Amino acid sequence: MAESRFVYVIYIRTTPEKLWEALTQSDFTRQYWCDTWQDCDWRVGSSWKLMIPDGRVGDAGKVLEIDPPRRLVLSWQNQFIPELKSEGDSKMTYLIEPKGSAVKLTVIHEMDKPNSKLIDGVSQGWPNLLSSLKSLLETGQSIEETRHWPKGV
Amino acid sequence: MKPDMDAVFKALADASRRRLLDVLRAENGQTLSQLCCHLDMTRQAVTKHLKRLEDANLVVTLWRGREKLHYLNPVPIHQIAQRWIGKYERHRLGALADLKAKLEGESNG
Repeated sequence: MAESRFVYVIYIRTTPEKLWEALTQSDFTRQYWCDTWQDCDWRVGSSWKLMIPDGRVGDAGKVLEIDPPRRLVLSWQNQFIPELKSEGDSKMTYLIEPKGSAVKLTVIHEMDKPNSKLIDGVSQGWPNLLSSLKSLLETGQSIEETRHWPKGV
Repeated sequence: MKPDMDAVFKALADASRRRLLDVLRAENGQTLSQLCCHLDMTRQAVTKHLKRLEDANLVVTLWRGREKLHYLNPVPIHQIAQRWIGKYERHRLGALADLKAKLEGESNG
């Protein structure tokens, strides 16, 4: 395969607006995304940073497309692991579609090169985050182990 | 349509469909024709099994140009694991699975 890509889909009983907020606003992301937050003004061309709680920048990129509450495309480069940073930009897409009483969230994370270690790495993390996000939006409680940044990372 | 857990278990209760997931796990993002090469099934049978897997949200598809690519979506399986496996059991279960794989050689159940 000439590229690396994964596609994850989860159904969440919520509204597109609420899900958009949960994906972009710090008070939500801190609860299910290992206490990280995103530094961005959410406009096309703006810079975007995923901030680790100790102040380091985890990943960074730009807003490539934004259409709230339907579609967000970010360029995404790891910043704190040299081996991953050297791979350059990946592309991350959120697609949000209402489906009956639920909302379908599709996450596509891709890079134009085969066997990307970044794509392999983030693909391990997303199922945890997505399950925790679902739990947070449906029950008000995220999954405990996703509330803190892992020790020693 | 929101796939329910019954659909996930029913989709997994078939060796051919589990084999399809194995093939996608080995190489994600394959076309129907590529998938057919790996499997001793007719194209129609593969199409039917893929539909069941898609309905259960275990496989998701993406169009890239004229190609429809199939991806393994592990999220429903992750949710099953999360429901019945506790936070502190995960490491011990991982160690047991590694031990079994080492002693028996990697094989698909």
